[in-house]
Amino acid sequence: MKERKGLIFGSVILIVVFIIMFIKGEPSKNIMVWIAAILTLSIYSFLYKDNVFYKFAEHLFVGVSVGYSVSVVWQNAFIRRVFDPLFITRTYIVDGKFSLYLFLAIVIPTLLGMLMVSIFTKKHGWLIRIPIAFVVGSYAGMGIAPSFQAYIFEQTQSTLYVTLSISSFIMIVGVITTLVYFFFSKEHKGFLGKTAGVGIWFIMVAFGASFGYTVMARISLLIGRMNFLLHDWLGVIK
Amino acid sequence: MNILLVFLFLIQQTPDSLPVDTAQVTEIVRPAPPTNVIAKDTPNDAGGSISVEWDISADDGKGLKNVNLYNVYKSKTEEGKFDYVGTVGAARTSYDDQSVEKDNKGYYYIVKAQTKEGVESEPSNISSGKSQAQWFHHGRWAYLILGVIFTLFFVLYIRMAKGKKLFIRKIAGLDAVEDAVGRSTEMGRPVLFVPGIGLLSDIATIAALTILGKVAKKTAEYETRVIMPNYDPLVMSAAQEVVKQSYTEAGRPDSFNEKDIFYLTQDQFGYAAGVDGIMLREKPGAIFLQGIFYAEALILAETGHSVGAIQIAGTDRVTQLPFFISACDYTLIGEEMFAASSYLSRDPIMMGSIKGEDASKLVLIIVIMVGTVLGILGGLHLGLFENWFSNLINWFARG
Repeated sequence: MKERKGLIFGSVILIVVFIIMFIKGEPSKNIMVWIAAILTLSIYSFLYKDNVFYKFAEHLFVGVSVGYSVSVVWQNAFIRRVFDPLFITRTYIVDGKFSLYLFLAIVIPTLLGMLMVSIFTKKHGWLIRIPIAFVVGSYAGMGIAPSFQAYIFEQTQSTLYVTLSISSFIMIVGVITTLVYFFFSKEHKGFLGKTAGVGIWFIMVAFGASFGYTVMARISLLIGRMNFLLHDWLGVIK
Repeated sequence: MNILLVFLFLIQQTPDSLPVDTAQVTEIVRPAPPTNVIAKDTPNDAGGSISVEWDISADDGKGLKNVNLYNVYKSKTEEGKFDYVGTVGAARTSYDDQSVEKDNKGYYYIVKAQTKEGVESEPSNISSGKSQAQWFHHGRWAYLILGVIFTLFFVLYIRMAKGKKLFIRKIAGLDAVEDAVGRSTEMGRPVLFVPGIGLLSDIATIAALTILGKVAKKTAEYETRVIMPNYDPLVMSAAQEVVKQSYTEAGRPDSFNEKDIFYLTQDQFGYAAGVDGIMLREKPGAIFLQGIFYAEALILAETGHSVGAIQIAGTDRVTQLPFFISACDYTLIGEEMFAASSYLSRDPIMMGSIKGEDASKLVLIIVIMVGTVLGILGGLHLGLFENWFSNLINWFARG
C-alpha cells in the first residue's frame, strides 16, 4: 500500500513536471511526434504497473511489428527469391537456354518452404519435419568451420602470445581455470574444485565488467528517448 | 617613373619570359606498364573468381614515382574489347576478379598503371585464366586434423555411452527444474517458457528445445499448463513437436494444447513487450528463459522477478549472462546449458558429446600449457624453443 502511494505520488510529480515543461517549452507541431511521444509514455507507464495505456501500446507494437515482418518476408523472400526469378527475370534461362540446375535451385527450396504450411493439416503435419531437419542440419554443418576458426584456432592463438608479464600470467590462468570450470566429467572436488573455483571468479569478474559496460549502453538508449521527449516533443532542450 | 613601370611590365609579359619547355609540361607522360601479368583461378573458393597477379610498374615507388593505381581489365576474347573490372592501389600486385560469370571458361586480362592525374600506362601483356570451384580448402588442413581428433573423441564416447552409464556432474540449475514446475502446480499458475530470439539454426535454441522437452514432460505429469510465446515461426513449429512428444511420453497426449505455443512477433522489442504483458497477466509460477537473448534479457528477467516467479535462465550470450545472474534464481552459464540438455535427456549421443567435448577441452588445456612454456622459453631466445613456439603459433594461425 505504501509502495502504491509512493508510485502514485511519483506519477503525479511526473505529470506536473511535464505540464510545466509543456507551458515553458515549445511543443512540437508535428502530429507524428505527438503520437510517438504518447506511445513512449504509454510504454514507460509499465514502470508503475500494467495498465490500459501499456496494454494498448503493447498490442499496437506487436501488431505493427507482425504486419511489418509479414510485408518484409513477402517482399524479400517470396517476391525477390521466388516470384521474380521464376516469372519475371527468369534467371534459369542463360544465353537463351533452359538451365535445369538453376531452375531446381529455385524450385526445391520453394517446395521445402511450402512444406512448412503442412503444419496446418493434421494428416500431413509431419511433413514440416523435412524443412526443419534441412535447416538444422545445414546450419549445423555450415557452422563447424567458422566455429573452429573463431572459438578454437583464433582464441588459442591469441592466448598463446605470452610474454613474461603479469597480464599474460592472469590471462593464461584465467583461460585454463575457466576451461576447468566447464569440465563436466568430474565432480568439482579437491584440486579440480579449487581450480574451478578460481575459474568462476574469473567468469564473475568478466561478467561484472560486461554488466557495467552494457548498463552504460542502456543509459545511452534512455538518454536518446529523453532527448526525444524533451527536445523533439516538448522543445524544452534546445 | 610610370614609364619605367610600364617598361618592366611589358618585359615581364614578353613571350621570351615564358618557360621554354611549356610544350613538354603539357605532354602526357605515361607511366611504365606493370609486367608479368598472370591470371589464374583463385584457390580454395567456390568458383566464380580469377586472381590476377603482376609485377609492379617501373614507375611505382621508383623511376618517375608517378603510379597511383592499377586498373584491371577483362575480355572474353584475346583481341576483344577489354572492360574495366576493378582497381587496386600502388604497390599492390594482385586483384581478385569475383565477377566471373562462368567457371571453366577462359577470360583475358590486362593491367594498366595509372597516375594521380588519371593518365594510364600502355596495357600490360595479356594473360588468360579460368575459374574453378574446389572441393577442399587447402589452407584449412589444421581444421580437418583437429576436427578428426575431436570427432574421434565424440564417436568413442558415444559408443561408450551406449554400453554403460557415463558420469556428468550435477548442474545447479537443473535440480530446480522440478521444484519450479512443482511450485507452479501448487500455486495453480502456468509455467512460462521463453525461447529467446534465436533461430532454429542456433545451437543454444536447439539446447533450449531439449530443456523444453523435459520441462513439458514435468508439466504434463503435474497437469500444469505450459505457455510459450515464440519469436521465430520455425522454432514455434519445432517447439510444438517437442511438447507434443513430451505429453505423449508422459501418457497425456490429450492434455497438449497447441495454442499455448504460439507466434508473437519477430521484432525484438515487440517480442519483449508482448512477453512482459503475458508475464503480468498470466502470472506464471515458474519462468524459463532459455536460448538466445540480447537487449531484452534484463527487461524480461526483471518483469519475471516482479511477478514473483521462480526463474531459471540459460544462454550462451556472454553480454546477457550478467543480467540473468543478477535477476534470476538460477542461471545456466553458456556450455552448462548444453550440458544440462544432455544431463536431462540422458541420451547416449548427447552424453557422449559432452564427454567428447570434455576430452577436447583437455587437449586444448594441454596445448595452452605446452604453448605457454614454449612461449616463455622462446622469449628467453632459446633457439629450439623459439622455433617450436613459432611453428605452433603458425599452425593455429594457418587454421
